[in-house]
Amino acid sequence: MELSSELKKEMYWMMLLSRRLDERAWVLHRQGKIAFHISGIGHEAAQVGAAFALKRGHDWVTPYYRDLALMVSLGLTPEEFMLSLMGKAGEPSSGSRQMPSHFGLRRVNAVSHSAPVATQAVHAAGIGLAIKIKKEKKVVLTTIGEGSTSQGEWYEAVNWAAVHQLPVIFLVQNNQYAISVPPEMQMAVKSAADKACGLGLPGQMIDGTDVIAVYEIISELAEAARNGKGPALVEAKMYRITPHSSDDDDRTYRSREEVEENKKFDPLLLTKARLIDEGIYTEKDLEDLDKKAKQMVTDAVKTAEEAPYPAAEEAAYPVYAEEVPNA
Amino acid sequence: MPEKVIMPQLGESVVEGTLIKWLVKEGDRVEEFDSLMEVESAKVNTEIPSPATGTLLKILVEEGNTVKAGTILGWIGDPEEKIPTGDGNYVEEVYSETTQPIQTQSEVVASKQDIGRNRDLGFISPVVARLARENNIDLSLIQGTGNNNRITKKDVLQFIEKSGGSEVDSETPAWETPGEGDLFRPTELQFPDRFKSTQPAVGKIEEKVSPTKVQTPVSSGDQIIPLTKMRKAIADHMVMSKHTSPHVTTVMEADMKLVSNHLKINKELFSRQGIRLTYSSYFVAATALALRAYPLVNSSWTENGILVKNAINIGLATSLEEEGLIVPVIKNADGYSISGLARVIGDLVNRARSHQLKPDDVTDGTFSITNHGTAGSLFATPVINQPQAGILGVGAIKKRVVVINDAIAIRPMVYLSFTFDHRILDGSTADNFLAKIVSVLENWQ
Amino acid sequence: MPEKTMVEAIRDAMDEELERDENVFIVGEDVGQRGGVFRATVGLFDKYGADRVIDSPLAELSIVGVGIGAALYGMKPICEIQFADFIYPAFNQIISEAAKMTYRSNGTWTVPMVIRAPYGGGIGGGLYHSQSVEAFFAHIPGLKVVIPSSPYDAKGLLKSAVRDPNPVIYLEPKKGYRLIKGEVPDEDYVVPIGPARVSRSGEDLTIFAYGMMHYYALQAAEQLEQEGYSAEVVDLRTIYPVDQKTILDSVKKTGKALIVHEDNLTGGYGGEIAAIIAEHGFHDLDAPVRRLAGPDVPAVPFSHPMQEWFMVNPEKIFKSALELARY
Repeated sequence: MELSSELKKEMYWMMLLSRRLDERAWVLHRQGKIAFHISGIGHEAAQVGAAFALKRGHDWVTPYYRDLALMVSLGLTPEEFMLSLMGKAGEPSSGSRQMPSHFGLRRVNAVSHSAPVATQAVHAAGIGLAIKIKKEKKVVLTTIGEGSTSQGEWYEAVNWAAVHQLPVIFLVQNNQYAISVPPEMQMAVKSAADKACGLGLPGQMIDGTDVIAVYEIISELAEAARNGKGPALVEAKMYRITPHSSDDDDRTYRSREEVEENKKFDPLLLTKARLIDEGIYTEKDLEDLDKKAKQMVTDAVKTAEEAPYPAAEEAAYPVYAEEVPNA
Repeated sequence: MPEKVIMPQLGESVVEGTLIKWLVKEGDRVEEFDSLMEVESAKVNTEIPSPATGTLLKILVEEGNTVKAGTILGWIGDPEEKIPTGDGNYVEEVYSETTQPIQTQSEVVASKQDIGRNRDLGFISPVVARLARENNIDLSLIQGTGNNNRITKKDVLQFIEKSGGSEVDSETPAWETPGEGDLFRPTELQFPDRFKSTQPAVGKIEEKVSPTKVQTPVSSGDQIIPLTKMRKAIADHMVMSKHTSPHVTTVMEADMKLVSNHLKINKELFSRQGIRLTYSSYFVAATALALRAYPLVNSSWTENGILVKNAINIGLATSLEEEGLIVPVIKNADGYSISGLARVIGDLVNRARSHQLKPDDVTDGTFSITNHGTAGSLFATPVINQPQAGILGVGAIKKRVVVINDAIAIRPMVYLSFTFDHRILDGSTADNFLAKIVSVLENWQ
Repeated sequence: MPEKTMVEAIRDAMDEELERDENVFIVGEDVGQRGGVFRATVGLFDKYGADRVIDSPLAELSIVGVGIGAALYGMKPICEIQFADFIYPAFNQIISEAAKMTYRSNGTWTVPMVIRAPYGGGIGGGLYHSQSVEAFFAHIPGLKVVIPSSPYDAKGLLKSAVRDPNPVIYLEPKKGYRLIKGEVPDEDYVVPIGPARVSRSGEDLTIFAYGMMHYYALQAAEQLEQEGYSAEVVDLRTIYPVDQKTILDSVKKTGKALIVHEDNLTGGYGGEIAAIIAEHGFHDLDAPVRRLAGPDVPAVPFSHPMQEWFMVNPEKIFKSALELARY
């Protein structure tokens, strides 16, 4: 079934907005206005495609730190992202207790995650187990980098889902680097998807720069999972165009030539070209969209800069879900 | 158990003494405070009174020998008592820098079985310290039943129960408890040689003194208590003082509210540093300030004129209960903070109780204070400690209704009596001096 | 009132909670058909089915991690760790995830779950079936740590733990599973998490203990009575957040404190109780605070004489308490 132009436009807009937010974060960091940013530039097609495959607010997600575009697609606003970068009050994932890009958004069933990698995969299995016990038609999407599939926790999570046939989609975003370490130092198989056959669930490798393909494949797998067909493992390949984080210097482990070569596969440019080819947008339309995205980002920065910091005393709470004596 | 006779430390920095003469023979009976031996040191030649009543069981150091301070010279006790083994032979004891004798094992055990002022109380647990403070208990009155006879919480609680509450006023150092009516034990009787050499007025005065002989009829059933040397010495001094100085007494009262507040606030703070803060420190501090303001009070009458003393050395009449009185002196009392005063007073009082005062501690007083109020006495007319010019009597601090700014208030009040030598001071100077003390106390900050 | 063993009381609590709330489920190794290696879940598989009494893969990390995921979804998992010694693989999930979830999400996500683990030695279990692990968890804000010492409390506290909106570490003194018996009401009741219990009133000293050591402390107190000393015994029950008031009230009364635990001494939980007393009860103390604990060796040895050398027992408690009473 051919996707509607409206859907393609929406997905492009999310990719574009996420990209401009991400880029602005780098600028703010270099201006000394924020302390840290971890980037998802190059990941937009995989994340937006996967997000659009979900029923927002119905299905569940356990994301990881590179999922800005996924979160924006699910409903994280530019202002909220800027609040997190600046550690301001009103930030929705943690009230600015966590570092930026440690996502979590209750209103769209996106679960809070931590920094030790792969912990969120196990939670996804648990959510899948709950959905199964309750006999509900929902799916859980859990995302992760390829490096983190080395973690024992990830194997245990996939194993659980496979053993108990849980509605979980394990989406591995293989961007070729775990900070500085390439995939061949993480795994002896060609793709993380190959690990599926040892764990007893279907696995496939897809083009992580093709938003339409990601959307279509994840949609199909999600629907199957919702209907009790069990979990799936997908590896989406892309290239991490930026350094790992604002503190990283990628020239110490990869050449500029390699980065330039891979920029040809920038998912935003590929999608843009495709929309022009298909006559959905003109160059002028896209310029206007870009202006709109940049303006939204600028407004979000302004809003966040004017927002207050949390009161210091808020740091004392909430340790427990309720008022606890002696705590 | 027998009491040991030791070579005293006769003055600061004196480390040894020569036993000139035993005044009592081995096997003879001796009364406590009666002269036992003559001792000579680099600073002092003196008769040493016996530390106990009993028989001189054994002489360990013969006449003519020079031994270190702290050395056991002999033993006094009941004839059938055995001299403790280990200590029975000639033992040299070395004083530590703080002049506390290093205790031998047998002494540790013995002292902890006794109740009394001199004993080591052992470990005082936090709760015992708190209970003692809250209930005004003198822990030295409690027999400990804990490890190594330490005083346990239970011991304190039982003591409180038995004594029916907090009747024992441990706030009060020994020197503030009343003696037998005599206000102090003259220092010159304790150390006559030293007194003669430093107190110019006394020799002449003594010649003039001839106490009136009164014929007292003795009826059947009456009893004669023999005069001890000390009793006689006190009597002589009192008569001499009364004959020497025309005594005049003036009385004022002071509102102790601010002092009392200060004491409450700082007591625990000070106690953490091992300092026991009592009202005494405040009276001494106020007196020192008043003496500085009215130097004429800090003086002595001499044939050559009134000798105004530069140093302010305040003596505190300290009761040794049955034994009598002693007046340890706070040298340069105007040079201390309140905590410093509390520390010095605490040290002097402790050493007075444990007979560890040195000659230096009881000489060179220029003024005296006596606290007769601890038994409830409101004011008294104490006898001047010659050759000083006056003495301050401190009465009981009692809550009284007073009128302040035409309103009725309840305040802790104290009567202060100042007895002065009218040869030196006239009423107005004396009143100004006393008013100064009152003012310092009432405006304590 | 029927007399039951500890393990029967624990089973009853789970049975009643499974019956009461359909969100409650049990997950762990051998908890299904086998009914648990200690028979704590016996009969529950047959009664509630494989969806609610779940045999997990043999991997502790994911027993806890999956439990966390289910709890995030709104379920009330009871995770059984077969031996407390095996809880360490799950440490990351407990410390980084369960304990911090409420705080790091500013209260938007909570983890209502129970982690049950039999702990303690004296059962011939050697190094890896005998450990006491409470000190690790009593250090972690966000967790509650509960240790029952009687069948009555075991049932009441476990029911409270299941109903608690926070992660609760519920440590079971396994030596007492069948050794400790007591009256347990058949009806529904809870023992609140938090308050300690003065299990024996006395005047001369207080013995603070929990779990098996509390059971022994009561025996030691009997022996002390014959020596003419009256020992108060406090069963801490909840060691985190701990009931400071009951501790300090008892010290105020007796002036002497003996803290007993089976875990080794250094860095053990007793240090915390000693610190509370030192900080807030100093002026009530009539003797130095005393700790009686396992020796500082890595774990409990297997061979019987060596095991007995390690274990704190009523005789050792009695001797230590007697010295303290005589202090």
